[in-house]
Amino acid sequence: MRWGVIVFPGSCDDQDVYDCLKHVLGQKVEFVWHRDNLQADFDCLVLPGGFSYGDYLRAGAVARFSPIMRGVVEYASRGGLVVGICNGFQILCEAGLLPGVLTRNASLQFVCRHVYLRLEETDTPFTCAGKKGQVLKLPVKHGEGCYYADPTTLERLRQNRQILFRYVDAKGRTSAAANPNGSLDDIAGVCNEGRNVFGMMPHPEDATEKILGSDDGLKIFSSIAAAGKEREKGARVG
Amino acid sequence: MSQAERSQPLLTPEIIASHGLSEEEYQKIVKALGREPNYTELGVFSVMWSEHCSYKSSKRLLKLLPTEGPAVLQGPGENAGIVDIGGGLAAVFKIESHNHPSFIEPYQGAATGVGGILRDVFTMGARPIASLNSLRFGAFDHPRTRYLLCGVVAGIGGYGNCVGVPTLGGELFFDECYNSNILVNAFTLGIAKKKRIFRGRAKGIGNPLIYVGAKTGRDGIHGATMASEAFSDEAEKRRPTVQVGDPFTEKLLLEACLELMDKDCLVGIQDMGAAGLTSSAAEMAARGGTGVEFELSLVPLREKGMTPYEILLSESQERMLLVAKKGSEEEVKSIFNRWDLDAVVVGRVTRGGLFRALFHGQEVVRIPIEALTSAAPVYSRPAERPEGHDEAQKLDLRKIQEPDDLGAVLKQLLDSPNIASKEWVYRQYDHFVRSNTVVAPGADAAVIRIKGTDKGLALTADGNSRYCYLDPYVGGVLAVAEAARNLACVGAHPLGLSDCLNFGSPEKPEVMWQFSQVVQGMRDGCVGLGVPVVSGNVSFYNETDGRPIHPTPVVAMVGLLPKVARCVTPWFKTAGDLVVLLGRTREELGASEYLRVVHGLVKGTPPWIDLASERAVQQCCLRAIERGIVRSAHDVSEGGLAVALAECCIGGPEKALGARIETHEMMRADALLFGESQSRIIVSIKERDLGRLREITGKEGAPLRVIGVVGGTRLIIQPVIQAPVDELKSIWSSSLERRLK
Repeated sequence: MRWGVIVFPGSCDDQDVYDCLKHVLGQKVEFVWHRDNLQADFDCLVLPGGFSYGDYLRAGAVARFSPIMRGVVEYASRGGLVVGICNGFQILCEAGLLPGVLTRNASLQFVCRHVYLRLEETDTPFTCAGKKGQVLKLPVKHGEGCYYADPTTLERLRQNRQILFRYVDAKGRTSAAANPNGSLDDIAGVCNEGRNVFGMMPHPEDATEKILGSDDGLKIFSSIAAAGKEREKGARVG
Repeated sequence: MSQAERSQPLLTPEIIASHGLSEEEYQKIVKALGREPNYTELGVFSVMWSEHCSYKSSKRLLKLLPTEGPAVLQGPGENAGIVDIGGGLAAVFKIESHNHPSFIEPYQGAATGVGGILRDVFTMGARPIASLNSLRFGAFDHPRTRYLLCGVVAGIGGYGNCVGVPTLGGELFFDECYNSNILVNAFTLGIAKKKRIFRGRAKGIGNPLIYVGAKTGRDGIHGATMASEAFSDEAEKRRPTVQVGDPFTEKLLLEACLELMDKDCLVGIQDMGAAGLTSSAAEMAARGGTGVEFELSLVPLREKGMTPYEILLSESQERMLLVAKKGSEEEVKSIFNRWDLDAVVVGRVTRGGLFRALFHGQEVVRIPIEALTSAAPVYSRPAERPEGHDEAQKLDLRKIQEPDDLGAVLKQLLDSPNIASKEWVYRQYDHFVRSNTVVAPGADAAVIRIKGTDKGLALTADGNSRYCYLDPYVGGVLAVAEAARNLACVGAHPLGLSDCLNFGSPEKPEVMWQFSQVVQGMRDGCVGLGVPVVSGNVSFYNETDGRPIHPTPVVAMVGLLPKVARCVTPWFKTAGDLVVLLGRTREELGASEYLRVVHGLVKGTPPWIDLASERAVQQCCLRAIERGIVRSAHDVSEGGLAVALAECCIGGPEKALGARIETHEMMRADALLFGESQSRIIVSIKERDLGRLREITGKEGAPLRVIGVVGGTRLIIQPVIQAPVDELKSIWSSSLERRLK
């Protein structure tokens, strides 16, 4: 499986994603420069965290016009797997690949801490290695992570089971204290209707080894690797 | 009249004085040039001879500090210090002050402080992987404190988070002596390959000087001079001398510089920090034994109509000056252009040791490099023990009544902003990025792993200014000792330190006395514990309307963990573990947080220290951690034994855990519980390991006493304190936030 990590000017977590894919999971991975055209044969694209183009306007608002994004949109429309983490999630929402928006944290402050997430759906390439209701411990670090969608969109998200992660406490219960940014319905991560594009605010790439305090982030990358393998098999058979 | 001439007003005594130069210094300039300087030259001299750039009052005393050691690859005098961490890798680090700008404009002042120190580190070829900051604010109830605190913390986070370098902790302390002069000291550490270290040297006659990074504007002109003056209540008017930071450009500059350093075209590199283009060029030429020549009209400008004076003195951020190999100009440009940054040849390295600047072909500055650097004035300023010092040191314990309810005192101390949890601060800093963080902020020292190895690095910043005020010599020793002790608590051996020395005006004999005492104390601490000073910074003139701050040395120390997986945190782990105190408690209350909070006194002398005992305690802790028998280790500092025990119970990220403590000492209960005797570490161990621990302490000659057992839901210190740990945790963890609401 071949992974691409997109590098925008101002991406900060690109190296973390790269290191965890390559050195922890032994995957084939390369960086993709924002000004380049997207080569076709990636199996999964990751839009990493950071402050693309400085994010001086609104997180992700400039990056969506980046040359590489045309390729990403096209790649996603063909069913390619796309993951956006933090700033990557913001960019995917701004680009219209995911529903909803991410606004300033309710506290109006940047927040950096470990949070717990409940895995809500397992029938996606991003969560298939997990169990429904499973609780993961991952770090968040963002200033604009408060998820919002209008009531119709929210209803559709629920009906289509597009909400893949919610903020919870260590025991898996939602509460105001467990939600670090005021996100609507405690939403931490959503996918598109086609279930091939996924965004989340927490950072699985910074929780990939026990020594870092948690290796729960591997659940997401190994789900994608497993799904990718299935897809390869499927492609060969087909 | 040419453009160059129009921008050169005639010099008057007022103009000279407004440049912070004394009459004597001006005459020295005339002598060095053999003529009167022009206006631009005067500006160049004023920044290069400012206290901030020249260290003219501190240079002689700083020579006392030990700067050599087996791991030292680069000592003071470069952009940052460097120590060897083995395996072909080096740690590059430095701490620097940004006090004055942060008081005038807290967000931008603190942000650009972070930016400046990041550049000092990556200019040497290191990728920054960890930052700390050491902050001092006025009394919490002072009307400006809240505004300054919120602005500084947001500025540090806003910059560091955006550049993608984790901020892993530091210090936060409140005292009214900082009411009108806060301290913001920023520290960054980077990792470089030993064979790819770059220095700020202009070598190779004819090599191009290349300007890279952001464009030059009118911001920050005379920042270095401002940092070398005391504040008056007109500080607000100085706002235009504060620079504005752009972390996004810094991030691009960082990536572009590191990319360039992988190629073979760079001879020397230095960031344009204080005194901008002027000081980076002059310092590089001085180190290279060369001269430099510029055409200032080639410098990329943000504003129209800037004069040579403004271009040379601007402190616009996110700029670097490179000396490249002749012929590699295009390669340099293409790398920077890829990152959307300017890279422009603005001059060249010359023979003859001259600093020469042209503006549209006409010479506007012609000064011997030596006159700006090595021949800058050096002063041995008079030093005198302050009047009233004896009085401040007097403390008659018989007159201090012991409180009846010592449990209430413990709660009061846990609620004191100086002791309370700093989570409100560090949760605004990204401390996960780069995925190396093993021990996050909140412990005695932060720990990061070094990717690709089993090793780790530990970082801490310490300095108790109350100790230094009451005895600057002892305070200097204690700052070094506490930093090393904090490293020992996580299991790290110290490699070196960087110091930031914050003081009042050196023109005051009592401040110079404090400075010289602190430096001598630090020297003895460094020698006694075997830790060299590899970099640092002096910040004088920290006073307002004639009142100096307490002497505040900040020691940022870096240690190595041979096996990072063995590192230890301060928090109790399991019920049933034994609580052991390494070190001895004396009946001491002078200079303590307890005296200030409970009795409103800043008096007495700081705790006693014997470096041999300090060393023995630290060695025991390190040995025991190496053998894998330590479950937790925590240094006893502000607030004494009771506060340290409470922190062991409640400081961790998981659920609080109680303990039952019994300690019998023949002394006042308040001294036993809240005295700040040095050289003490609380460890917890499995009961079966007690024999092994005794073996280690016996060999090292450190006192050991089993003082209790971990477990339960209360902290019980027989017979005076019994408190539910959840209540203690709630007080301690909500204090800052509650006060800021």
